[in-house]
Amino acid sequence: MTPPRLEAGFADPVIEGQAAFRATMDAMARPGRIVVLPGVRTAPEGLAPAACAAILALCDFETPLWLSPAMAAHGPYLRFHTGAPLTADVAAAAFALVDAAQDGIDLARFAQGVPAYPDRSATIVAQMPSLRDGAPLVIAGPGIAATQDMRVAGLPADFARQWAANRASFPLGVDLILAAGDEALALPRSARIIEGNG
Amino acid sequence: MTDNPYNFAYLDEQTKRMIRRAILKAVAIPGYQVPFASREMPMPYGWGTGGVQVTAAILGPKDVLKVIDQGADDTTNAVSIRAFFAKTAGVQTTTATAEATIIQTRHRIPEAPLGEDQVLVYQVPIPEPLRFLEPRETETRTMHALSEYGLMHVKLYEDIARFGHIATSYAYPVEVAGRYVMDPSPIPKFDNPKMDDCPALQLFGAGREKRIYAIPPHTRVVSLDFDDHPFERNRFSQPCALCGAGDSYLDEVVTDDRGGRLFVCSDTDYCEGRREAGHRGHQPGGPERKEAAE
Repeated sequence: MTPPRLEAGFADPVIEGQAAFRATMDAMARPGRIVVLPGVRTAPEGLAPAACAAILALCDFETPLWLSPAMAAHGPYLRFHTGAPLTADVAAAAFALVDAAQDGIDLARFAQGVPAYPDRSATIVAQMPSLRDGAPLVIAGPGIAATQDMRVAGLPADFARQWAANRASFPLGVDLILAAGDEALALPRSARIIEGNG
Repeated sequence: MTDNPYNFAYLDEQTKRMIRRAILKAVAIPGYQVPFASREMPMPYGWGTGGVQVTAAILGPKDVLKVIDQGADDTTNAVSIRAFFAKTAGVQTTTATAEATIIQTRHRIPEAPLGEDQVLVYQVPIPEPLRFLEPRETETRTMHALSEYGLMHVKLYEDIARFGHIATSYAYPVEVAGRYVMDPSPIPKFDNPKMDDCPALQLFGAGREKRIYAIPPHTRVVSLDFDDHPFERNRFSQPCALCGAGDSYLDEVVTDDRGGRLFVCSDTDYCEGRREAGHRGHQPGGPERKEAAE
């Protein structure tokens, strides 16, 4: 039996890790706006470079990582490059990597934080088929001057309802980073969907 | 390899990731104080270790860094922190507000409007706005969780009862995005309106108290007040003596031991920019010139 071949991570972990974080921070600060994450060029087959970069930039031994079933094959790669413990307990995960098209997204399953510490909640990195040609959604909230349009493809049919529930429990809730190719956008829990039914 | 013996921007990568995760949660929950594992820095607590750690975590090689201390680029704290990052990260530094991509500040917001591609990093001594009203962290956590901010209004009301107006002039509490009451760090209340709907991301780091919080761009930031005692920005009775600006925050400078004083812009870059553009105050040469004339 030959061990699976492991691809390289960031070519320069310090500089590329910073660039990936900074793009993620900009995305989180301006919900719905598409940013380019300097992708991991050697991301494993089936893992979007932007999703891979976000996980590599943010996860380490302190952050239990949960993988949706379609992402499970990337476990050894992510475990090797981040040192993050992989967890089977959804509610215990600080980060989750989800293949939205294959496994769907169920926001309520993840850690929501507690009233005194709403930051103890999951950040979900979801790989989407596209961020540019899905059904239109209009969002508003902190980070958005007026409104922001989104056209993410592959969101679950009941996403607007799920997100409304997530928003209703503010300051509790989860934060989403949606990735496709080397692009990503973020939906922090503070964002409201004001139009469209994802 | 380089000759630089430090990791980029001093902090190790795991520390940066930990701070970065805290920053993302802080941005997602505007005004909420995220605990983080603040490190010892090569400077004492109280000298901006929180701001320095936030800056170190977000800084990249292409950034242009400006550091101000009470508005000035040329004071000890600002010069040291600028030199620290020039040495450990090799980044370009500037004193010009418009050229900077990251501005670390102690107790002021620059007079020049900030842009979308800028990040303002505040050094925060005491992040908890309720701390002087309720010393127990367990209690203030619960008060934030329940949005129980009555005590803060009582404090502002007591100001009115005692002085006839809200006498709090710096670290004036604000409500962020309609939810959390937040300490804006000890900026003068003159600067409070600049936080509202600001196009730049604002990050706050408290090193000793181990908290990070944030105001995303274009977020509603309201200074607490009462219908019959609305928030008022303090005004100055005279313009800047050097550049004549009537819209800036002024520092009082004692010029001699006979009661002589000058009021000059606290934001040195703003003042210099205006003087270069030809604006003159009533004492454009400063105190030396006045003494020479006597």
